[in-house]
Amino acid sequence: MEFIKQNINIDFVGKRRMAYIFSASLIILTVFLLIWRGGPNYGVDFSGGILIQVQLSDNRTIAEIRKALESVHLEDSIIQEFGEKDAFEYLVRVRQTDIELTGLGDRVDQALSSEFGQDVEIRRVEMVGPKVGEDLRQKALFAIFYATLFIAIYISGRFELKWLMSIVMALSLAFIVYISSSLGVSVTWLIIIAIIVTLALCWILKLKFALGAIVALVHDVTITVGIFALTDREISLSIIAALLTIVGYSLNDTIIVFDRIRENSRRLRKRPLIEVMNMSINQTLSRTILTSTTTLVVVLALFVLGGGVIHDFAFAILTGIIVGTYSSIFVASPILLIWEGKTSKNDK
Amino acid sequence: MLNKLGFRAIIVLICVLIAFLYLTPSFTKEFPSWWSNLLPTEKIHLGLDLQGGIHLMLEVEAIKAVENHLERVVDELKQDLRKNKIRYMVLKRDGSDKIAITLIRPEDADIFQDLLKTNYPDFEEKRVMTDPSQTAFSLALLNKAKGRIMKMAVDQALETIRNRIDQFGVSEPDIRPQKDNTILVQLPGIKDPKRAIDLIGKTAILEFKLVDEENSLEEALKGNIPPGDEILYQMAVDPKTGRRTKIPFLLKKRSVLTGEYLTDARVQIDSRYNEPYVSISFDGRGAKLFEKITGENIKKRLAIVLDDTVNSAPVIQDRISGGKAQITGRFTTDEARDLAIVLRAGALPAPVKIVEERTVGPSLGKDSIQKGFKSMFIGGLIVILFMIIYYKISGAIADLALLLNILFIISGLAFFGATLTLPGIAGIILTIGMSVDANVLIFERIREELKLGKTPRASIEGGYGKALVTILDANITTLIAALVLFQFGTGPVRGFAVTLSIGVIASLFTAVFVTRIIFDYIYGHGKLKKISI
Repeated sequence: MEFIKQNINIDFVGKRRMAYIFSASLIILTVFLLIWRGGPNYGVDFSGGILIQVQLSDNRTIAEIRKALESVHLEDSIIQEFGEKDAFEYLVRVRQTDIELTGLGDRVDQALSSEFGQDVEIRRVEMVGPKVGEDLRQKALFAIFYATLFIAIYISGRFELKWLMSIVMALSLAFIVYISSSLGVSVTWLIIIAIIVTLALCWILKLKFALGAIVALVHDVTITVGIFALTDREISLSIIAALLTIVGYSLNDTIIVFDRIRENSRRLRKRPLIEVMNMSINQTLSRTILTSTTTLVVVLALFVLGGGVIHDFAFAILTGIIVGTYSSIFVASPILLIWEGKTSKNDK
Repeated sequence: MLNKLGFRAIIVLICVLIAFLYLTPSFTKEFPSWWSNLLPTEKIHLGLDLQGGIHLMLEVEAIKAVENHLERVVDELKQDLRKNKIRYMVLKRDGSDKIAITLIRPEDADIFQDLLKTNYPDFEEKRVMTDPSQTAFSLALLNKAKGRIMKMAVDQALETIRNRIDQFGVSEPDIRPQKDNTILVQLPGIKDPKRAIDLIGKTAILEFKLVDEENSLEEALKGNIPPGDEILYQMAVDPKTGRRTKIPFLLKKRSVLTGEYLTDARVQIDSRYNEPYVSISFDGRGAKLFEKITGENIKKRLAIVLDDTVNSAPVIQDRISGGKAQITGRFTTDEARDLAIVLRAGALPAPVKIVEERTVGPSLGKDSIQKGFKSMFIGGLIVILFMIIYYKISGAIADLALLLNILFIISGLAFFGATLTLPGIAGIILTIGMSVDANVLIFERIREELKLGKTPRASIEGGYGKALVTILDANITTLIAALVLFQFGTGPVRGFAVTLSIGVIASLFTAVFVTRIIFDYIYGHGKLKKISI
């Protein structure tokens, strides 16, 4: 059985302008959305606060629950239904406030059971103090940063045999990060600076494969975060794990295409790069679609059947796979071409 | 050729056998004795999010321990000054690392400084320059000493909490110090989280204080608290209405006896009212003190104060010798039991604050396991069917590799003593989707080679050879992301990183090495003219 014939030849690279416009507008939209919302919608892990998952024995409206929580001064908290419809589960979330958070789960239990006169089960409590939230946020951002850095080193070294260059890049990046962190730049800005510097260094040092791969993964992660903001989902610790998985997955796809490009361009030196690239993307297309499908299927199973706790995690990976597949075809490879125009001009 | 094939097959068989050995403990309850002597008996650890339990991050307010230390030094200093006949006006703790003192006679300054050097090497003294008579000093606690006290407070708190939890009875608690004076406490499978949290977080400073019956409580409540006195409250809960009331007491600030002298605390049942109470015993010095206090204050009230809350204030009927006392109150059996535990384990050297709490109820954990495995099963099934339909027999070979991969991941968790968490299950599910990737890459290459008209054997050779580099590159990047996650992640996220890493490595083995053996076995002798792919 074959979905995609082996002699398929679609001009993917020729459509790169359209793809650029599409991707750029998604990214700009994300940035605007984030600015408008005042940053990503951090969950209690990062913002500090408390999340309580309760299960009631029959259906209650959000308003009823809100009223019941007045006695513990939680009427201003975010209350929403959670999980499956007939499970009667609700999430109560409180951002960092003056309310004493210790033992709040228990107080909510009492308030709800005295109001509704029935069994209330506190299924989950997550309380994070402000300092811990700050710590976790830093750790998460550093995780994303280091993952990007190591991967950039690996790709430059592996694909262009420029291990020395990539180490130079790593060192200068570490230096810049060190300087700006000693100047007291906040971690969010640190990451933005680091990514911009990484891209600039890839550009200056002519690490084109690394540049393509990093652009693609920044693209995938940004758009996923944007879709999270759009659908009003929260960024929690496990979502960071999902984002890093997307980083891994996005690269996985990109590398497979890059590998083909490298192999083909060695074999077909005479042909223009644009043709070699199209050929490579087409040759790997069958695999790209197939693997994305199998991965998508299992993650979809997790998304539908996995239960409320893992729902957003599955959603993030689902988004990441779709965006990642698109970017490995339309975004990562055409980046290599930016160079092509330049060097050939220089040669002349 | 076949010999080499046999050798490779044996490697795989040994790996499978080992995997099963490590997996067995998780699925059986009892072992024959020969098994537990020779073979692994560790079950797979389930994370708190799967088995339910509490994760607590406690911050020891170690600076309070420093302040307590300074208060004690002030007391010692007072005695020393009296002994040396040095008269002073002011002597008090000043902030969290200084003591302020003002001498009356300037000529005492030299003796005072000598005294400091010999008896209080932890302090650095400075004259307060603004003071014209030059008799005011500021004693600053050296940073080294401050650090030592804080570290000791954390160590002691750790020990105390460990004691309390041991006596409370939790299987496999995990209690360990973290940086910045914090302590991580993980209690899997706890049924009553609130009780455990109360037990851990209670400072449990037990004090006996005399009730001041010479001064008026009403006056004191208006704000005229007599010097040396304080107002503390008793919390009373009406059992019928559940209303809480606070009863004020005017107490002498100085505690006449503290929990330091305690040797034992046990729950007993009052035979008359059938109510539990806690009986405590003092050591020799405590017993003597208690006898003296009770003897001197007959018919007066003695308040038992726990963490600045009055527990009860009984009237002393008679001199009590033998060093035994009772703490009564309207306790439930659990409350009495927990009180006995905290008193026995001793007070925390400084209060602790909960800075992070994650509690998962046992039913949610069970739900998560069920749903996780259900989605794994269904997702896996679809992928397996898909591979057979798309690649026929080759697809079935890839499916075999996939099943082996799942086996290796799960037994790998047991082997490394890693913890399976809900994101970890998600990691396994993701690996199911991604591990067929290696086979898809290989199969697509084989198809390409076949299109070029190569023989089955050569196509297999070429397909594996060319795909291998790509597979390695792709997996190494995923591995990098997973390792970074492991380094920076906590709890459940770490579990995800572990399963993902094991999955990536195992999938290299199964999807490349194992499938190759099968292909070589079927097509190696070159008799078959077509590959079912």
